[in-house]
Amino acid sequence: MSIADEIKDKLAGKIAHWHEHSAKRIYFSINPQDIRGAVSFLFKDLGLRFATASAQDTPQGLEILYHFSFDETGEMVSVRVLIEDKKNPQIDSIAPLFKGAEWIEREVWELLGINFIGHPDLKRLLLADEWPENKYPLRKEK
Amino acid sequence: MSHKVIIPIGPYHPLQEEPELFRLYVEGEKVVDIDIVLGYVHRGIEELSEHKHFDQVPFLVERICGICSSSHPYAYVLAVEDILGGEAKVVPERALYIRTIVDELQRIHSHLLWLGLAGHFIGYNTVWMWAWKYREPVLDCFEMICGNRNHYGMSKVGGVRRDIKDEDIPILKKVIDELAPAVDMFKGAVMDDPVIQARLKGVGILTRQQAVDWCVVGPTGRASGVNIDVRRDDPYGVFDRVDWNVIIEKDGDVFAKTRVRILELYESISIIRQCLNKMPKGEIDADIKDIPAGEGIGRVEAPRGECFHYVRSDGTNRPIRHKIRAPSFMNVASNKVAVIGGTISDAAITLAAVDPCYCCTERLAVLDRGSDKKVMNGWDLIKLSQEKTEKLKKSRKL
Repeated sequence: MSIADEIKDKLAGKIAHWHEHSAKRIYFSINPQDIRGAVSFLFKDLGLRFATASAQDTPQGLEILYHFSFDETGEMVSVRVLIEDKKNPQIDSIAPLFKGAEWIEREVWELLGINFIGHPDLKRLLLADEWPENKYPLRKEK
Repeated sequence: MSHKVIIPIGPYHPLQEEPELFRLYVEGEKVVDIDIVLGYVHRGIEELSEHKHFDQVPFLVERICGICSSSHPYAYVLAVEDILGGEAKVVPERALYIRTIVDELQRIHSHLLWLGLAGHFIGYNTVWMWAWKYREPVLDCFEMICGNRNHYGMSKVGGVRRDIKDEDIPILKKVIDELAPAVDMFKGAVMDDPVIQARLKGVGILTRQQAVDWCVVGPTGRASGVNIDVRRDDPYGVFDRVDWNVIIEKDGDVFAKTRVRILELYESISIIRQCLNKMPKGEIDADIKDIPAGEGIGRVEAPRGECFHYVRSDGTNRPIRHKIRAPSFMNVASNKVAVIGGTISDAAITLAAVDPCYCCTERLAVLDRGSDKKVMNGWDLIKLSQEKTEKLKKSRKL
């Protein structure tokens, strides 16, 4: 069974939108509250490697893409979530599942102000100490 | 742990990139904790990229790193070409070969650079001088092909900016041919040396499980038995059309990381040789004018591991989001396990083993746990590391 079929099978009912851009680029959307379960399945059960997460301010809300790599076939699986509440954006942290997610969540938190619930050490990674609180450089409203 | 920040001002070196502060917490000789502080050169390139048009971005991302300055623009153009349907569909054949050659020349110069510095850290200054001596002709090749020794300015969406001239090919072949015996010499001098083995074996171990947990990439992962290499897994350029091997080691220590890099030099030499022989004539640029709306992912195997770029376009002439993840972002974090439990004299080489840039170890500071006072700086640590090698040499009567 291909990795795409396994994901569709296991996460059936949770996937809101499925898009295969090409043979090696798969994108799917889920609800923010399902993220930890989905990531746990991809990382621990399927053995995908976490590449990084990319977050973005869109008119609909704050969007995060979690990029996973399946190195046996070279497929990239990107999980999309949309956090609509821009006033108080938050989502479960995936850092308790594996260490490799700690830094990128700190980066997303300081650059876009998304709060990662359950992150072991949510503090600044890149911004200077003098940077003002509650001002997020990658937010579009400035 | 105390929140007091102590920054060693002395070792700042404006010529090096990637400054970081590693705060080591020690008890006696033993490292019990480490704090990694980043952000000294955070230039906001992701945001800047949103203000450049698609053709300007390669020049910007090239400046992320002066060593991987082929990897970043290459990963970026792959991401944009992913929106257009993939590199293989868009880019002319000859350009794929030129991209591959430049990418592998970059790996050779980067691995030689690392080998030299690693030699210096453990007190083998001859290895340092040798490695950098053999790196020079490679940089000359870059100057010949691209006009620059660093910041090659080669990748553009749809092709490359400069062709490799016919008369340059014999010179390239000569440099590559002369490099192979030099690597033989390194292999013998470094890997068979009993003192180097004593210094590097069993030091700074990252187990396979830890490597998976920290999601490390490149030689750092391959030395711990993680079988990954973007060149094979998600081929770009012509890596799927030449014969080469992925180098995997099991031990996860500094010696394994050294072995991986030295053996990879042979593969790079072989890849370049094959490319020079097989390269067809033809166009080098597809002359792409418009980028449609969409999103794309590009990744290349930089000398330090997977370099990841994500680009989203809304159909205008600028990206609306450009996410960049350099390999060191994953690898440096894993020092948290590799350094803790070791001795201070092994810290410099362990931190250097993931191949961050030189200055990273320059910014080391050793703190006394009780008073939080700085007791050593980066140079002291390198000295300490070199002294350990001397002692080992004496004890073996070398």
